[in-house]
Amino acid sequence: MSTATLPTPLTKKDFQTDQEIRWCPGCGDYAILSAVQSVFPELGIPKEKFVVISGIGCSSRFPYYMNTFGFHTIHGRAPAIATGLKIARPDLEVWVATGDGDSLSIGGNHTIHMLRRNVGLKVLLFNNRIYGLTKGQFSPTSELGKKTKSTPYGSTDRPFNPISLAIGAEATFVARSVDVFQQHLKDTLRRTAAHKGSAYVEILQNCNIFNDHAWESLTEKDARSENVIQLEHGKPLIYGKNHDKGIRLNGLELEVVQLGNGVSEKDLLVHDERHPRPAYAFMLAHMEQKPGFPTPIGVLRAWDNVPAYEDLISAQIHEVQEARGKGDLAKLLHAGDIWEVRP
Amino acid sequence: MSTTVVRPPQRKRETVERAVIRFCGDSGDGMQITGNQFTNTVALYGNDLATFPDYPAEIRAPAGTIPGVSGFQVHFSSSDAYTPGDAMDVLIAMNPAALKVNLADLKPNGILIVNVDDFGETDLRKAQMTSNPLEDHTLDAYRLFSVELTKLTRAALKETGLDAKSMDRCKNFFALGMCYWLYNRSMDSTLRWIEDKFKSKPVLVQANCLAMQAGYSYCEATEAFQISYEIPPAKLAPGVYRNVSGNSALAMGFVAASQKAGIPLFLGSYPITPASDILHALSAYKNFGVITFQAEDEIAAITSAIGAAYAGALGITTTSGPGMALKTEALGLAVAVELPLVVCDVQRGGPSTGLPTKTEQADLLQALFGRNSEAPVPVLAPCTPGDCFWIALEASRIAIKYMVPVIILSDGYLANGAEPWKIPEVSELPEIPVRFETNPVDFKPYRRNPETLARPWAIPGTPGLEHRIGGIEKQDVTGNINYEPLNHERMVRLRAAKVEAIVQEVPDVVPAGDPSGDLLIVAWGSTYGPITAAMKTVRTKGHRVGHVHLRHLNPLPKNLGEVIGRYDKVLVPEMNMGQLVMLLRAKYLVDAQGYNKIQGKPFKKSEIEQKIHEMLD
Repeated sequence: MSTATLPTPLTKKDFQTDQEIRWCPGCGDYAILSAVQSVFPELGIPKEKFVVISGIGCSSRFPYYMNTFGFHTIHGRAPAIATGLKIARPDLEVWVATGDGDSLSIGGNHTIHMLRRNVGLKVLLFNNRIYGLTKGQFSPTSELGKKTKSTPYGSTDRPFNPISLAIGAEATFVARSVDVFQQHLKDTLRRTAAHKGSAYVEILQNCNIFNDHAWESLTEKDARSENVIQLEHGKPLIYGKNHDKGIRLNGLELEVVQLGNGVSEKDLLVHDERHPRPAYAFMLAHMEQKPGFPTPIGVLRAWDNVPAYEDLISAQIHEVQEARGKGDLAKLLHAGDIWEVRP
Repeated sequence: MSTTVVRPPQRKRETVERAVIRFCGDSGDGMQITGNQFTNTVALYGNDLATFPDYPAEIRAPAGTIPGVSGFQVHFSSSDAYTPGDAMDVLIAMNPAALKVNLADLKPNGILIVNVDDFGETDLRKAQMTSNPLEDHTLDAYRLFSVELTKLTRAALKETGLDAKSMDRCKNFFALGMCYWLYNRSMDSTLRWIEDKFKSKPVLVQANCLAMQAGYSYCEATEAFQISYEIPPAKLAPGVYRNVSGNSALAMGFVAASQKAGIPLFLGSYPITPASDILHALSAYKNFGVITFQAEDEIAAITSAIGAAYAGALGITTTSGPGMALKTEALGLAVAVELPLVVCDVQRGGPSTGLPTKTEQADLLQALFGRNSEAPVPVLAPCTPGDCFWIALEASRIAIKYMVPVIILSDGYLANGAEPWKIPEVSELPEIPVRFETNPVDFKPYRRNPETLARPWAIPGTPGLEHRIGGIEKQDVTGNINYEPLNHERMVRLRAAKVEAIVQEVPDVVPAGDPSGDLLIVAWGSTYGPITAAMKTVRTKGHRVGHVHLRHLNPLPKNLGEVIGRYDKVLVPEMNMGQLVMLLRAKYLVDAQGYNKIQGKPFKKSEIEQKIHEMLD
């Protein structure tokens, strides 16, 4: 008889810690935490293989509340620390929790370089368009003209569109979800987990203390279906309460069309998350900036043909060792011209 | 290629104890290659040696100008060569600018070889010379050899079919061939090197070999050279030797540390002069499983190494002053999370960009104190190029044993300078035991080893050890977030006590020279050579002088205060404004005197001698 026993399946509870959660009551971060704790047990990965790395900010307290290996690091540097970890241990499942200030301001450099290298990290960007932990200054995603503690007369900064930035950095997986859309968020996290290489997920998150209602036009029950379009690979871009609106390609422009009166689903743009050209993903990313257009959520891009950085590094070491044999320390020390001094 | 038979010259040959040669010319003239080849040859012959490559920060300043001058000095000897030498016996100057910059260091009656073909009016103007030194008697104090280096090289290469420009690029080998004749050395090792270096371009193998042989034959044929020199091999300790520079020794030391520890080496680095060669060397050692990560910036370089250390690798980052400044915050994180890490700062002149290619040792206080709050870090400094190997091993061993980031302070002089290095047996290397925590029963991430105060190294992937760490203050033992006043004070004191405990790894100092007496010299880093050389001379003059050279700057050896007390006076030579001397005065309440040189150049032996006499006579 075999003595091996099947491991007990993990549950959400296994990923909860005994630490007192110190986010403000009503913060969108609770919903994200709950979604992650729900999805992790489904992935079939042993708990000890999960590592959550974060930088600084409200969102970066995330690792303390996940009963996995966790590292709360310094402001903006989580992608770089996680890169070192992932290269050294490609077998680990490394997730990064970050915010709009952490990832796009102080850590902008690490973010773009992680994405271009395609390091196998899953990055959750909690975007609340404000600095929360420092109590209410504008962030790199705050809208132009925004009045905050540090911009009493309105912000003069043009904001980043995180999705567009990630696409520009040649990210291989770019997605967006919303804290309160739990089902969509979990689905997005499952897709994120399955991706090899860098996965960048913008999660629109509400800061009810310093930037309440920031995403209200998307999350309010009545407005939701009119202002949000859910992207699904291979399906036409349709939205609206009555599923009667669509997005059509007209030359190099997108346009909103009303279905009916000769306009059918066949005329609409069909979402292709594997589209090889950046222009396609950029068009989707920038759609919301035009008046009258909905905000896209879901997976904007999923390229599955780019090797993960850590795999390239491991493969190169393996190739060199195959070609040259494993390093011999004595040979290394004696390399080049040597001479002997006799007694 | 057949080996060259070194024909005994017909003329006079004189045996001398030592010689100092400097090759200098334009940045594009290949002076570093020439110097390295000469060094290798004299090393293989068995001389002791020390080198000083001195090159500009600009890759190719306008040809023939003063900022473009690149030099390489070799001191080789039948006894000891602690320094590259204060003054030269032979100067090879490829153009007027090189002559102008370097002439002051040539000994009276020294041999001066110049490329007369590059002393035209335009060349003189580029060097801002108003009259031709070859004609105006300014060089009367030297044995001047005006050689048509360009014309002779072209003549030697006329059969190769190379264009004039390509032929001219071989003239450094003509000059090298001359020096091989002058010091009666075999060209074999350089011929081998040329063959390997240019193996994909056989015409360049032929051309460079021809040029060198032509230079050699020229000296033999011309009546101008009436004398050549012989410097017998030095009596080094028995063993197998090779040449090493500080940077290559550090790279090998880190590989050795990784092998002895049985964990992979991860280097996170961003290119910076004069540290980049460590990255270059380690990136070629992939067969040892070495991971090199050329990061997007200095911060990512150190933080990726911290990530790798967290994963259970030997995390290393290499840099120089400006990069060190950028790594500061992350170094504080490594102190707080108590992970092993080695940070190697190859110091250069500062502040800011400063003197990128020149040496200095002014980052000591930065290494010790340059972080926010109380963030103590052990600091080690190699004293010779070969010592860099041992320091790399020691720093790695301490980092792992004490779960602490360790700083190595090398400098530009050690990094690029070379010396013969006795190759150790692998069995002689220190063991570096690594113990990853695996026991989940009552696991606490900040429970300490009572002897070392180190916390356990609990790496991700270990079942049952899931835990959180971070830069935020944590509770003693549990590691949970904690802001309580007394806990914070306890943690600050524990981190300091852990670094203090490393003193048990630091051997007591034993002064070189007199064990007590008139004067103790206390120093660190690359000043070892000139101080050791100067000590020899002053002690023969009856002064009772001791020398302590610190390899551990934090914590300091426990008997240092007692040793200092045995001497009447204390002198601290440093290539900075007086950083170690400030620490010694503060810690030991001793009236130590600083001697400071901040010129981007190492001390000369004579400067140290003079200072000692000043203090004692």
